[in-house]
Amino acid sequence: MSTTHDDGPLAARVRHVETLLEERGWLADGELDERIDAFAAGGSPANGAAIVARAWVDPGFRERLLADASTAIEELGMSMAAGLQVQPLVAVANTADEHHVVVCTLCSCYPVSLLGPSPTWYKSEAYRSRVVRDPRGVLREFGLELPDAVRITVWDASAETRYMVVPRRPEGTDGLSEQELAALVTRKGLIGTAAV
Amino acid sequence: MADRFAPGDRVRTRTADPPGHTRLPRYARGVCGEIVGTCGRHPLADERAQGLDSAPRPVHQVRFRAADLFGPGEDGRDHAVVVELWEDYLEPADPEGDPR
Repeated sequence: MSTTHDDGPLAARVRHVETLLEERGWLADGELDERIDAFAAGGSPANGAAIVARAWVDPGFRERLLADASTAIEELGMSMAAGLQVQPLVAVANTADEHHVVVCTLCSCYPVSLLGPSPTWYKSEAYRSRVVRDPRGVLREFGLELPDAVRITVWDASAETRYMVVPRRPEGTDGLSEQELAALVTRKGLIGTAAV
Repeated sequence: MADRFAPGDRVRTRTADPPGHTRLPRYARGVCGEIVGTCGRHPLADERAQGLDSAPRPVHQVRFRAADLFGPGEDGRDHAVVVELWEDYLEPADPEGDPR
């Protein structure tokens, strides 16, 4: 357990179990921290932003990304194989007619090894239970007002696949470099609760 | 062995509430939808949760109309929800006919 998580009965219980495992020699001292660090290493929304920016500037990459995201991201030196098991990645792209938003209604599945830890609200019961039923209302609460004509598709990550959204490229960004475009992309945009 | 279902098939989700872990969300039980994609073969989470060996089997992306899941919305607008479901959770929407 990270030493910064020293509050609450849950942390105490985890620490107790960790100690028991270490005493029995089933877990090396500090092994849990190393495993967690290895899992989280390199995971950041900056990865998702780089993927999106590449898809905006390179139509061929966009096509490969939407067809097979797990393979396409290897072109950027990224991989979904960093976790305990390989998780397929699916990228879904917003268009003028359709907006995508991602949720895990059963728990909090999210491409952590690629995008870093998910936001707290993503794990909240309120988001998980409401976004499947009333996505338009939930998105409005996030400040995203979609035109009536835009269809909404909610993706429930209920099994092994992890999802990311490719937002629409904002207007007036023709002159920007790939790096400058990546800086426009937010974590909410990658989940679908923001336009970009 | 050929997969039981393929994209384009109309399917109905099971209604049974199993005693243990499952990945068929309650809101998506006993509802008809359409398979829009297949995401490989994976051991069934229900069996893994019980510590059982589980052979990988197809997992499908099933698209539901929100009105079929939750009834007509207050504003009359519909949306879609895609849920990823093991084939164990699915049966043909029309059991008499061939789903293809």
